[in-house]
Amino acid sequence: MMMNIKRRVFLKGSLAAGTVGVAVGAGLLAPQAVIAAWNEKAFQAKSIDDALAAALGGSSSTASDAIKIKAPDIAENGAVVPVSVAAEMAGVESIVLLAEGNNAPLLATFTLGAGAAPDISTRIKMGKTSDVIAVVKAGGKLHSARKSVKVTIGGCGG
Amino acid sequence: MANSIKIRAKIKDNTTEVKCLITHPMETGLRKDSKTGQLIPAHFINEVMADVGGKSVMNAQWSGGISKNPYLSFSFTGAAKGDEVKITWADNQGGGDSETATIS
Repeated sequence: MMMNIKRRVFLKGSLAAGTVGVAVGAGLLAPQAVIAAWNEKAFQAKSIDDALAAALGGSSSTASDAIKIKAPDIAENGAVVPVSVAAEMAGVESIVLLAEGNNAPLLATFTLGAGAAPDISTRIKMGKTSDVIAVVKAGGKLHSARKSVKVTIGGCGG
Repeated sequence: MANSIKIRAKIKDNTTEVKCLITHPMETGLRKDSKTGQLIPAHFINEVMADVGGKSVMNAQWSGGISKNPYLSFSFTGAAKGDEVKITWADNQGGGDSETATIS
């Protein structure tokens, strides 16, 4: 009887270990992903203030001319809007991109490591004509800039 | 999912500029399949990491609001020609890939 119980326990243990192993192998539990979990609350927030509060720990930012957003004035296709953000300030820790008119406004957060320049380009989706907002965290303070982009075909629905 | 990432890394005046393209559908989970009317499940990259020589230079968290087949460019200082840049991504369905490129 004892033997059987132990055998059960052993089987359970090895099965559990097996699942974790497979998960790691498949990239489900990439080691980095465990350390920096995806900020679900911030990305699901429906308002810009909520998203910023969850992503950066504060929603009040000061408008800054030192942040340059490069985006088209008119985007023909809202599914692909090229956006560049460059901040001319020192000590930038992170850059956050938001689209004001999207269902979930928070698009991306970029955390910069040592030596990284505060200059990021990517392509975003925009549901409708609205402002693209960049919030830069430097020296513990939030700075923001915005640029209006007119979208002729929305890129979020279908 | 091999070779889902294309990376170009060029150094100029001590600043390395990295440009990369990732092949990924980036579904928000809000789009409907035009034939069945069913919602297409969310499937998007939620994390992108860039390492140089084992040190993290950039870590991005994304939502489904980043375009399909995402493009990303960033730059950093402190690397030399011949160093390797490693880009790793992970998506919300447990997929992921990584690729390294030599700085030229």
